[in-house]
Amino acid sequence: MKILIVDDFSTMRRIIKNLLRDLGFTNTAEADDGVTALPMLQSGSFDFLVTDWNMPGMTGIDLLRAVRADDRLKHLPVLMVTAEAKRDQIIEAAQAGVNGYVVKPFTAQVLKEKIEKIFERVNG
Amino acid sequence: MEHQDSNEVDLESTLKSNARQLVDSLEQGNFGEAVQLINELNKARDRGLYLEVGKLTRELHNAIVNFQLDPRVPHAKEVSQIADATERLNYVVTMTERAANRTMDLVEQSAPLVNDLSSEADLLAEDWGRFMRREMSAEAFRELAKRIELFLARSQRDTGKLSGHLNDILLAQDYQDLTGQVIKRVTQLVTEVESNLLKLVLMASQVDRFAGIDHDHEELRAEQNKEKNPSRGEGPQIHADKRDDVASNQDDVDDLLSSLGF
Repeated sequence: MKILIVDDFSTMRRIIKNLLRDLGFTNTAEADDGVTALPMLQSGSFDFLVTDWNMPGMTGIDLLRAVRADDRLKHLPVLMVTAEAKRDQIIEAAQAGVNGYVVKPFTAQVLKEKIEKIFERVNG
Repeated sequence: MEHQDSNEVDLESTLKSNARQLVDSLEQGNFGEAVQLINELNKARDRGLYLEVGKLTRELHNAIVNFQLDPRVPHAKEVSQIADATERLNYVVTMTERAANRTMDLVEQSAPLVNDLSSEADLLAEDWGRFMRREMSAEAFRELAKRIELFLARSQRDTGKLSGHLNDILLAQDYQDLTGQVIKRVTQLVTEVESNLLKLVLMASQVDRFAGIDHDHEELRAEQNKEKNPSRGEGPQIHADKRDDVASNQDDVDDLLSSLGF
């Protein structure tokens, strides 16, 4: 299970990386925005994408749309972990095809629940 | 301000008295005098307008001096309060980032210590159980006693390290005091800048009044709204619990998503 973590703040990437390791996911890579993340996704064999929304360069919502528009990536499970909490934005992300949405600040428990739920649905 | 009021009163009374005279002259068919009065009215309006523009220019100049933003001043960057505030906020970013990384370093160093102690304790407990149930040879017990001795020494050493890490984590939170002070000062500056700008806006509106300029507020507002693009993101919402258009916690998000069929 290879996971890509995309966030413009290195501390947040580190927190997510540590939480994922606690959940048993040790194979992770990091990118600081959509522009760097997209080529990594296209060339690497990632099984899961965790992305922030608000980032310079390419935002998380644009990255999500780019992933869904790419034939080889369109089935990649995407979890959004973001401070963006407006209802319109959550609906926008859902319409763009997000698989889970976690608002910051979040707990380890919430992250675990959402990831497990996504895998249940993907595998089931 | 008193000066401005007297100007306004001046203009208004001139307008009123001249207007009445103008009507009188026209009714009496005295066109020469009427044209003269119209000229007077124009002059009074222009005088007011010049005065207001002059005041606005002076205020603008004062504001620039107050903000110390005049690029012609040498070392303007060093003395500008805005540049200073920007630097202070960058300091906050650096401090908080450093504290977060320091804390995570210590947690990452502590986690393997705890994991190793815990797994070694599990193994020893298992063997100790075997010994208590008399399922262990004398030779195996001597081996176990040695392991227990090592484990005790290791526990003492590693718990010492752990308590050191916990103390350092506590100390890494000292950024809160320093960044709190910096942010308070910047907040104060923002409030000052806002009130100065507000004064300028009021001055400018006075000019609009004399010049008879009427802004289309609807259009201005529409333009402002156009600049807000939700796809760009807005960052954390403040007072999320008091707003209807914002999810205030994860449960809200989950409810919304499940209402969409998630």
